[in-house]
Amino acid sequence: MVAAAKALSTKFAGFVGGDDFWRGIVAIAAFLIFWEAGSRSHAWFGFSFPWVSQVPAPTAVLQAMFKLVQEPSFWNSAFLSTLRVFEGFFAAMVIGIPLGLAMAVSRIFFGITFPVFEVLRPIPPLAWVPASIIFWPTQELSIAFVTFLGAFFTIVINVIGGARAIDVRYFQAARSMGSSTWDIFRRIILPGTLPSIVVGATVGVGITWAVVVAAEMISGMSAARTLRSSPE
Amino acid sequence: MSVQSAVTQDRSPALQPARKGGVRINDVVKTYGAEDTGVLAVDHCTFEVQPGEITVVVGPSGCGKTTLLNAIAGFHSITSGSIYLDDEMLCGPGKLKAQPGPDRIVVFQNGALFPWKTNIENVTFGPMMQGAMTRAEAYDRARAMMADAGLRGIERNYPGETSSGVRRRVEIVRALMNNPKILLLDEPYRALDSLTKSVMHEALLEIFYKNRVSVFFITHDLEEAIFLGHRVVIMTTRPCRPKKILDIDIPHPRDYSVLTTKRFREFMEETVAAVHEEAIKAFAAGEKER
Repeated sequence: MVAAAKALSTKFAGFVGGDDFWRGIVAIAAFLIFWEAGSRSHAWFGFSFPWVSQVPAPTAVLQAMFKLVQEPSFWNSAFLSTLRVFEGFFAAMVIGIPLGLAMAVSRIFFGITFPVFEVLRPIPPLAWVPASIIFWPTQELSIAFVTFLGAFFTIVINVIGGARAIDVRYFQAARSMGSSTWDIFRRIILPGTLPSIVVGATVGVGITWAVVVAAEMISGMSAARTLRSSPE
Repeated sequence: MSVQSAVTQDRSPALQPARKGGVRINDVVKTYGAEDTGVLAVDHCTFEVQPGEITVVVGPSGCGKTTLLNAIAGFHSITSGSIYLDDEMLCGPGKLKAQPGPDRIVVFQNGALFPWKTNIENVTFGPMMQGAMTRAEAYDRARAMMADAGLRGIERNYPGETSSGVRRRVEIVRALMNNPKILLLDEPYRALDSLTKSVMHEALLEIFYKNRVSVFFITHDLEEAIFLGHRVVIMTTRPCRPKKILDIDIPHPRDYSVLTTKRFREFMEETVAAVHEEAIKAFAAGEKER
């Protein structure tokens, strides 16, 4: 663990100041200049760039942002969004990991649950918003539920895949050395699945963030609304 | 067996009476798939692994050697016949699949050390699972055995941090920690380069002389077979059946100087034609399947 962190930090130290680093800096700077010039093109060059001229310039965005962060309602909204993300994500982990493990180890359980799971999985989380509003008594719960769904399916599918991919030789070796079924679950399946659990959680939490903003917009409990209603 | 006696055993093999781990393979048949339409992998195979000896099974890739090993280990069933370990029937009529157990430990072709456990955690896994030793006892014994096998200093490393030769040695030590009656080695050195391999052969013999367990060793490398084995069983290509059984009378303990002796050459000459013949058959069969 420590070795990995060290390797990462030396890698990062190598990156800063290196060729790739400067290419990145130049690329971002060029992008910002293009954006600034584009959005001010009417004033600067007398004609409007298509599309780019219709968005505010980065300097204007920065000014607005500076104003925004001074308002308490911004931080309140950010806090609420974070809370919703972690509620949903936490629930997805707590329910999704055991469910995925159970589906991976029990053929019968898998046979019963997987078809239903696969019917529900392709439904985009945002399509659940109307149903979610009907299901749950408060909007807060509705939004948390949608964020939950965003992470849930990804986590479950990763856990199943990870547990199934464990090399059969590990089971055979453990069985030969006298492991009980519980030992095999705890000492082989669980650690063997851990990398996939982490991958599922990483992807899942990303989806959760994407979903929470959209869910807030649609349900009207949004960061956007609190901000709109805040005094200018 | 106490820690002391395990480590300080007399190194002379002559003083170690072979006492356990004889395997009798008796008219074993294994068919994959349906009895009439399936693939016949093992065809009325009969031979013995003498207790306290190294028996090497040589045959073309895919001939069904591993099928036999899996049957002994209890990973797969047989179709008919029987296999005995000493006087106990492992599998046979009425019980076609043996129960896996710590008396028969497999060292796998590509290794099966648990990558999420350190080397010493791997080595102590068996005794702790079986409740045969306390944690402290298992760790003491493991340290002693690892040191004895030249594995001092890597106890706290993960298998992924060590070389493949070291991993294979750790796995053999892990197997021995279970006090097995027989070690089942499935081409354990296949993935190693030939220099590492020669080191591993001598290391295996050294471990063998100290522990004197029976060894069932699968390979398709004839030189390896004759160098290591008390007895070499040459298999026909699929379906597999002993084609030729040789008792290698080169005295143990052996080291690498054996390879250049006249007697070794004679054994090579005697067997190389038989093995080559089967390899050609296996190759031709493979061509046909395609």
